[in-house]
Amino acid sequence: MKEAIKLKVNGLEQTIDTTPDTPLLYVLRNNLALNGPKFGCGLGQCGACMVLFNGKSVPSCQIPASAAANAEIVTLEGLADEAGQLHPVQQSFIDEQAAQCGYCTNGMIIASVSLLEENANPTDEEIRNKLQTNICRCGVHSRVIRAIKKAASL
Amino acid sequence: MQNLKTSRRTFIKSAGFISIGFTMFGSSCIQRSDATESEKISNNAVDASRVDAWLQILENGKVKILTGKMELGQGVKTAIMQVAAEELNTDLSLIEIHVAETGITPNEGYTAGSRSIETSAMSVRKAAAYTREKLIALASKELEVEQNALTLKDATISGGHKQISLFELLKGKQLTEKVGEPKTIFAKTERKVVGKPIPRKDIADIVQAKLHFIHDLRFEEMVHARIIRPTTYTSKLVSVDENLVKKEEGFKKLIKVGSFLGVIAEEEFQAIKMAKTIKENAQWENPDTLPANTPLKELIQFLPADTETDTASGDWESSIQQAKVQHKASYFKPYIMHAANGPSCAIALFKEGKLHIWTHSQGVYPLRSTLSSLLEMSEDNIHIQGVPGSGCYGHNAADDVAAEAAILAMHYPDKHVRLQWMREEENSWEPFGTAMLMQLEAGLDENGRIQGWKYDLWSDGHSTRPGRNTENLLPARYMDKGYKRPASGFRGGATRNAEPYYEITNMQLQSHIFTGPLRRSALRGLGAYANIFAIECFIDELAEKANIEPVDFRTMHLKDARALYCLQKLKTNTRNVKTAENEGLGFAFSRYKNSASYCGVAAHVFVDRKNGAVKVKKMWAVIDSGETINPDGLKNQTEGGMIQSASWALKEAVKFDENHITSIDWASYPIFRYNDAPETEVEVIDRVDQPPLGAGEAAQGPATAAIVNAINKATGIRIRELPVNQVLLKQS
Ligand code: FES
Ligand code: FES
Repeated sequence: MKEAIKLKVNGLEQTIDTTPDTPLLYVLRNNLALNGPKFGCGLGQCGACMVLFNGKSVPSCQIPASAAANAEIVTLEGLADEAGQLHPVQQSFIDEQAAQCGYCTNGMIIASVSLLEENANPTDEEIRNKLQTNICRCGVHSRVIRAIKKAASL
Repeated sequence: MQNLKTSRRTFIKSAGFISIGFTMFGSSCIQRSDATESEKISNNAVDASRVDAWLQILENGKVKILTGKMELGQGVKTAIMQVAAEELNTDLSLIEIHVAETGITPNEGYTAGSRSIETSAMSVRKAAAYTREKLIALASKELEVEQNALTLKDATISGGHKQISLFELLKGKQLTEKVGEPKTIFAKTERKVVGKPIPRKDIADIVQAKLHFIHDLRFEEMVHARIIRPTTYTSKLVSVDENLVKKEEGFKKLIKVGSFLGVIAEEEFQAIKMAKTIKENAQWENPDTLPANTPLKELIQFLPADTETDTASGDWESSIQQAKVQHKASYFKPYIMHAANGPSCAIALFKEGKLHIWTHSQGVYPLRSTLSSLLEMSEDNIHIQGVPGSGCYGHNAADDVAAEAAILAMHYPDKHVRLQWMREEENSWEPFGTAMLMQLEAGLDENGRIQGWKYDLWSDGHSTRPGRNTENLLPARYMDKGYKRPASGFRGGATRNAEPYYEITNMQLQSHIFTGPLRRSALRGLGAYANIFAIECFIDELAEKANIEPVDFRTMHLKDARALYCLQKLKTNTRNVKTAENEGLGFAFSRYKNSASYCGVAAHVFVDRKNGAVKVKKMWAVIDSGETINPDGLKNQTEGGMIQSASWALKEAVKFDENHITSIDWASYPIFRYNDAPETEVEVIDRVDQPPLGAGEAAQGPATAAIVNAINKATGIRIRELPVNQVLLKQS
């Protein structure tokens, strides 16, 4: 049975009608029409669906909607500031052209933002460890590492 | 019912996210009345010999470029726009591009084989240069100014204190004549935009979560579907109980066509849960099993095969027998998968007898003709629009999911039906890159020169793209229409690069094409991947026998100056690499298809002898793709190609049991992740005077061979089977 669930996404309070077991990913994509989080595996193995959940990058396919009530959720759409200025990580992904097909890009950026919050100046190894969950089939890993280092230096 | 009516897509930005409205056969949520005639969807054949097939002048002062190719993440849109911008001397911001859509763009077959620059971009170049010359001539008359006093810049022609926009000049019409031969190609003379690392605009869109992917298309009242997969490739449905899901909230329809089974629900997660419930209870008859207990390497050698001698020159047999040194080895590559990061997706709408499909297929026209026969409806009633998906690296499930969505939509008309495969389906039902076995034999003279060469290759056909056969679409075989699994695919794909690029006089090449147990089709590089892996490793083995440095051994057998330059550069770029204990530096080279890009790759690996784990520390590539359109795009493709190839070499093999595929997710089919991925360095050799050559697949073969050769340098152990077996590298 559907229930009304209150969510706070990208700073906006929203009430969603959904079954409580629906993974947050589908709610964000289908009820809120957000493009950022992507379905990749639904198993917590690929990171395509990542969102910031109370500031930390987590796979939204693993969180039932009911468990997301009261959390601060930020998606790729919510990273730019009010004036539309991109987050430094977004900007450096563009500057370094750190994507091919871009299906993984959402998760990579979300994980990187989370990383830089925890650690303003990560080493290569710290970057790799943080992004270990994020699958990229096109092989843009070395570009993404460059982009994150660039963002860290901004 | 010959012509489809106007279809317009409009994006509305609201509340921080983008949603999409679509008007399709009246089911509109937003109408736009300003669609020009040329923007209306028609299913008229596009005459690719005409200028307006490739280039149209828009009222808003922009130029629209049309290409039959798809954006696959390879940056083709940007490259083609650069080519057009150059010839029209027009800023990129004034150029738009429209990719693959039936009735709108030229029919360019498939976006495959690294051919988009060689074909589509060159057609656009010619059309744009011709348009420039033609319109300057027209403007000269119109403005009464000498032609050579006129310049075209930013879609406006000016000179002699006069100016006119291209749109005004053409009075709203398009150039409908045949594309003639232009006198000047600016890319060869001016070169202001071509050859520059222009950033891709679609990357900026993706980074900002703007609408880009097919997965993000949303339509009013769109419904969601999932397929219920059988137990095996050849299962027949015995029974299914609709009552299990009929009362569920959101249930719309269970669709059964023979053994093809799909469920439609209001919401996506509802469809997923219903498909799961049905799957747990559906009964299948499974007449066949997969040969899970025979090692694949043996199996494929003894399957019935269609043998052909592809090359025979000189007396290879006695040349080998009489040679001073003889050497033999065989190499094996398993089934590997495309494994797109985003499972395949399609949307279909069947309304008033017309079928409309949104797809990330690599070939909208071939898909249309194949669907026309599968669905028994006229091509005129099928309209297919290409929308980018997750990177595919060849023929994956893109066409299958489109066909399935189409079948479902026809049984559930008037609503947009969205179907996305689950991870398990993507992994276990896509057509894989086939397993291959390569047997080599060669003889060397006392100077280490190759005297004779024999090559035997066992492979399935490589391409089972839809255009060839209705049976190539996965759902066909379950529809009870007598369609079976398709016969063998594209033979030429197997022998791609089977002939070495080296100077060898006496040679025989035979291919043995079998029909293997698993579904297979074109995967990045097709047979070239395994052939180059085998040849380039064998060349290292021969170099060792001849006691000659591997790169020198190659240059000894190469005549082509560009190949030699590529290897020389690679050597220079890696000359300062120091290898510590258990480390090695390996090299490999190939010219893709023996006619496209030249690519040399070096790999620096470390082998942990305690457990045999291989760490690829760094990879270098030097690539010559003739005239470079976008050097950063070329680098990106080559870097990614090396990383993907390294992943294939070290991690990947499709596993299966008697029923079906068991590599069903990222845990059971691991690929490279961040801790595996090497550092990369790519040098592009730009040759302005040469034609551009396909590049997207050039690194696959040499990258794996370079790694395997590096492992040999590090350990002295010669790996001949992929993926590299760590156990063999463990020091006891
Ligand atoms: S989709 Fe959530 S981790 Fe893969
Ligand atoms: S860019 Fe395609 S999956 Fe990462």
